Amino acid sequence: MIFVNGEPRERAGATVAELLGDLGVETSARGVAVAVDGEVIPRAEWGERRVNEGERVEALSAMQGG
Amino acid sequence: MAAEIEQQIPVTDTPFEIAGRTLRSRLILGTGGFKRLETLAEAIHATRAELVTIALRRIDPHARGSLTDVLDECGVELLPNTAGCFTARDAVVTAKLAREAFGTDWVKLEVIGDDRTLLPDAPELLLAAEELVADGFTVLPYTNDDPILARRLEDVGCAAVMPLGSPIGSGMGIRNPYNIALIVERADVPVILDAGVGTASDAALAMELGCDAVLCASAIARAHEPVAMAHAIRAAVEAGRLARGAGRIPRRLHAQASTPDEGLADLTPPVE
Repeated sequence: MIFVNGEPRERAGATVAELLGDLGVETSARGVAVAVDGEVIPRAEWGERRVNEGERVEALSAMQGG
Repeated sequence: MAAEIEQQIPVTDTPFEIAGRTLRSRLILGTGGFKRLETLAEAIHATRAELVTIALRRIDPHARGSLTDVLDECGVELLPNTAGCFTARDAVVTAKLAREAFGTDWVKLEVIGDDRTLLPDAPELLLAAEELVADGFTVLPYTNDDPILARRLEDVGCAAVMPLGSPIGSGMGIRNPYNIALIVERADVPVILDAGVGTASDAALAMELGCDAVLCASAIARAHEPVAMAHAIRAAVEAGRLARGAGRIPRRLHAQASTPDEGLADLTPPVE
């Protein structure tokens, strides 16, 4: 079990890129950033970085804000 | 309407610089609160903003329209914020995520103390600013209207200081113009009035006090007619800037006639 944006998912072992795919986001999309357990995962590592059991993924994108 | 306003306002101002980047517009637009992206785009054109703020939030698979596409079409530069962060650590990580997402090392640094006031948490803000500057960021901190804190932020290497006029979204204007003037007097980096603007006159006052620019979101986004208010606030920023350069007259307790007494007609009727 891992957590993607707070939601539990049975996707331990998936790469960051695959998890973004689950959300309908292409890895080339502008304005997207990912953190795993509070650490920034650079875009260049999305294809290789696998998310391990219990890790929390935050997948973020641009939002209007002051 | 827009064309008329353009003709009325002389463009006599000089650009200003933040961290070596020249900005011709002295109005920075916050993108929060606009109900439709089309309205946001119209407001950007009306403000002539070159720099707009943007946030990062969890991906919404159901989001309609691409905010970044709209902003790209408008030709504006992005200023990511760290809104919603309560600790220096969260703000630093958010700034790094924004650098990844948007390819800019500029950040509007917000570290707030509580939900009720959204006022900055001074010690956390200073800590985050120092860390981000050391990591190569161009840091524009949203700060209290505290001249000492503003100086400390400048001392740790912030590229500008952005004191609040009053709490975010309150529309309460500039509650302590004296403090804003003190910040301006001492600052060697640009001073940008951030938060509290409720209407055009608040933006004009900020510029009259000597601020280099105004950052405005809610006053435009939540106005009954956002695009009309965008025009109004842009005109106010220009008017305030011109007035600052022109030099206001000193305030006096008593009247001072503008018509001379000399040569005043004697209209006394003859004594009977």
